[in-house]
This record gives sequence, structure tokens and C-alpha cells, in this order.
Amino acid sequence: MHPAISVILFSVLSGAGFGMLAIIGLDFPFRDNPANVFVISFVGVGLAVAGLVSSTFHLGRPAKAWRAFSQWRSSWLSREGIAAVATLLLYGIYALWWMIEGERLAWLGALVTIGSVLTVFTTSMIYAQMKTVPHWNTKFTPVVYLAFSLCTGFLLAAGFGINNAYGGNSVVIVAIAALLTAWAAKTFWWQRAKKSSLANSTSSTATATGLGKIGKVRLLERPHTGPNYLTKEMVHIIGRKHASRLRQIAMVIGGLLPLAIVLLIFIGLLPQGAMAAAALAMIIGLFAERWLFFAEAEHSVSLYY
Amino acid sequence: MTTLPSSTDKKLGLVIDLDTCVGCHACVVNCKEWNTGGYGEPLGDKDAYGAEPVGAWLNRIHTFEVQPDNAPASIVHFPKSCLHCEDAPCVTVCPTGASYKRSEDGIVLVDEDKCMGCGLCAWACPYGAREMDPVANVMKKCTLCVDRIYNENLPEEDRIPACVRTCPAKARHFGDLGDPGSDVSKLVAERGGFDLMPEMGTRPVNQYLPPRKKTRPDTVVAQHENQKVKAQGFLGWLDNALEQLG
Repeated sequence: MHPAISVILFSVLSGAGFGMLAIIGLDFPFRDNPANVFVISFVGVGLAVAGLVSSTFHLGRPAKAWRAFSQWRSSWLSREGIAAVATLLLYGIYALWWMIEGERLAWLGALVTIGSVLTVFTTSMIYAQMKTVPHWNTKFTPVVYLAFSLCTGFLLAAGFGINNAYGGNSVVIVAIAALLTAWAAKTFWWQRAKKSSLANSTSSTATATGLGKIGKVRLLERPHTGPNYLTKEMVHIIGRKHASRLRQIAMVIGGLLPLAIVLLIFIGLLPQGAMAAAALAMIIGLFAERWLFFAEAEHSVSLYY
Repeated sequence: MTTLPSSTDKKLGLVIDLDTCVGCHACVVNCKEWNTGGYGEPLGDKDAYGAEPVGAWLNRIHTFEVQPDNAPASIVHFPKSCLHCEDAPCVTVCPTGASYKRSEDGIVLVDEDKCMGCGLCAWACPYGAREMDPVANVMKKCTLCVDRIYNENLPEEDRIPACVRTCPAKARHFGDLGDPGSDVSKLVAERGGFDLMPEMGTRPVNQYLPPRKKTRPDTVVAQHENQKVKAQGFLGWLDNALEQLG
């Protein structure tokens, strides 16, 4: 699949933003002064909205995007749009109340958390539902998206939150656990992807043409000598060229570097605020991870090309 | 509405005969021509006369080689367009309500006024039947020439899809595949028509007819008979004379 920059930015940034809102909604401790509430809201909502805005650059006709709220009965993309906007509205009320009244509404926070998790889940289901792309078509795709989202969100929240709020290094330990869990989930996803290539699926050029009963089928001539939308969008193979190098970059910048920062916080060499730097490193690493998520995915239409 | 109808009154679609298709691309060209002037936005091209033309086409002919175990390889020209699936995954993923399947005849269409060009439907289609128009930025797909088949301003023989009308080999047939008594249904039953990628669970309406079993002429005998022919008369004398000259 073609790794569109707009969609990569969208899924990583929105994932981090909604992940942070999910953690804020769980009553994670922050200083209550309005300026601080504004700053953390600006970071969380800013990332979520930057991602959503970036996703509209992927559209042929962004002016029609408002129609995407209409088909929630059947479409995961529509559900995602509704969940994202509803969650941001709920968070807006939550943050305003917090700034004006100086206290946090726990029930509204819980709704923000549920909404944020649902938003990331619906994003992941856009990909996980695709029978045409065997790499994506698994329930582990939502697991990975949620794990990365909550992990970056937690690092961000911890970076801007009250130092050692729960005492006894608990915040740092949760951060380490979150990082290990998220990357373990992704490693498992990569292992599964290796076994679930298009070549290993039940589809082949034989079933795609129905000619397999007669003999061995191979493409002799493409329909046209040049490329087309299908080959550019779904038979994209250039991005796979540096796959193993990009995977290393993703794991080092998105996994090992944040882990190193968190461990330095653990032994007291860095303040807890450095968690924000860990989150930033993770976001940069996830750009490489998300690039591969698209570039390595094989679509069944490539059986015709 | 992007939920699918539970059933459709008719199942209009195409039957494509892989035995008779000669790969001339006339259906491709006529499709492009008709759909550039008919329903919706014109089918766009970019750099049409330049070095790297790219454009939207609703019908494309691929050519495959099939190599049986014990016979010479054969060439099969393979036209591919929207199959108007009964369980069309392209319809249900559409977030805007632009994609829909008609309950009256089963045709899958795009309402271009609603399409935001996200391309998700093209991802959901296993067959590559949908292409984004590079000029209008809306999703394009085969309409089964919905603006021909019901068009009373056209002579009756033209009220069939442009690809079917133009096919010089009669490799394309149009009709109601939901009616077991229709000509197309009989053809499918008689020739063993099949679905493309049935494992995708899309239940395509369009059917493909397999190439007929090849007869294998006894080429060795034919060659020997040819060699036995002896020239007579003047040509016989010339033949002899030239042979004697060495």
C-alpha cells in the first residue's frame, strides 16, 4: 500500500493526542492552575486535531468531509470521525470546567477516556477490516494501535504531570511496562505479518483469474504500459526497499531511546519532565513504524499486476 | 446509504467469455469514450499526450499465460471491471454515503456529489475495480452504463453497456443473473461460469466463462501428408530437372 504522509501523520499524532486525553480523563494528577490545564489541553487536543487535519489532506475533496459523519451504521471511517469529534467536545467541556471551577469531573473524565479509546479503536478497525490486505486483517492490529496510543499518551501525560504523584516511582514503572508491552505487541504483529503474506493467503493469481484449474497462471501483459491509480496506490513496492533498516530505526528511536530516557528518570539522572522527550522520540519512531505498516502491506489487487 | 440491500429485485451484470475474448481492447476504449461523455464527471486523464499518461479507466484487459501440465501454454485475455458484488465491501466502508448498491437492479454506483475522495472503497475492493479520477478527484467505477440501459432516447439495440455493444467477438454478455431463465444465466449454467476470488466472500454478480477445452490436432500426420504430394506435368518435369542438376 502507498504510505501517504498525511495518513502516517494522522494515525501517529492523533494516536498520541487521544492517548494523552485518555490518561488525563483517568484523573492523572496535574497541577490545577488554569495556565497549566491550558498547556496540557493544548498538547493533547493539539496533537489529536493536527492529526485529524492532516488526514483531510489525503482526501480528493476535503470540502465534502463533513458527510463522513453520516454512515456510522456500516463504516469504521465514519464511526472514527464521530468518535473523534464527540471526544474532543467532551474534553472541551471537561477542560473548561477544570479551568474555571478548579476541579475535575470524574464522570466526564471517564467519558473522555472511553471516547479516546474508542476513537483509536475505530481508526485501527479501518485497517483491520480489510480482507484485501492480509497483513492488516487481524484483531492484533487494534491491539497494536491502542498500545502505541496509550503508551505515547502516558509518556506525554507523565511528562507534563505532577512529579512522582503516586509515590515510589510508580509512574516510571508504568511507563516502562507500557513501552515494553507496546513493542512486544508490535513484535508479535510483525511475526504474524511474516506468516500472513499475500502469497500465504488463500488468494492467488489462480483464484483471481479463475484459471488455476487449467494450469499455472502468470501475467503476460499488463492492461496498459504505464502506471495507474491501482498500481500507485495498492501495488506500491518501492517503500519496502529499506524495510529492515526502517524497522531498526523504528525500534531504536521509538522503543529503546524512550526506554533509556525513562530508565534515566528511574535512577534519578533526569527529571520526570523528560518523559515528554521520551514521548517525542516515540512519536518519531512511530512515523517509521507506520510507514512500514503501509509500505509492507500487500493488497490482493497486486495478483492482477 | 452504505448498508447493503438485503436482496435486489434484479441482479444485472456481465458474463465475460474468456474463450472468445481476443484482447482487442475495444470494450476498454468504448467504455472510456461513453463514460467521458455520460454519467457524472468525465473520466479524467493527466498528461494524456505526454511522456507519462495516467488516467481513470473502468475496464481494463489483462493478459495471462496459462501453462497446463501436459499441453502447450495458452494465452487468455482477461477483461476486468466492477463485478457489482452482492456483498460489496466497497459500499459498506464508505463514510459519506456516496457508494451504494441499488435495491432494484443491484448496480453498485458512486454518487459523485457526496464522494470526498478518501479512496477507502478502492482499498476494500479485492479486484481493483475502482479508480480515483486524477482530475475530478472523485472515485470512479463501472456504472453498468446505467445511463444507456434504461435510456429510451437510444435505439433498443443500444440499451446495453457500451463494452457489450462494441465487443466484436461477442465475448461480453449483459443480463439479469438473478433470473435463472435469462440468456446470461443459461450461458453461465451451460459453460460453467465462475466467480473471481470467491474466498473474499464478496459474491460477485458478474461471471466469467472458462476457455473451452483445447482440441489437439494430430500435427505429425498433417505434416507427412503434405510431404507426399508430388508435382505433376510441367512442374513435375522442372522439379526433376532441377534435382538432377544437383
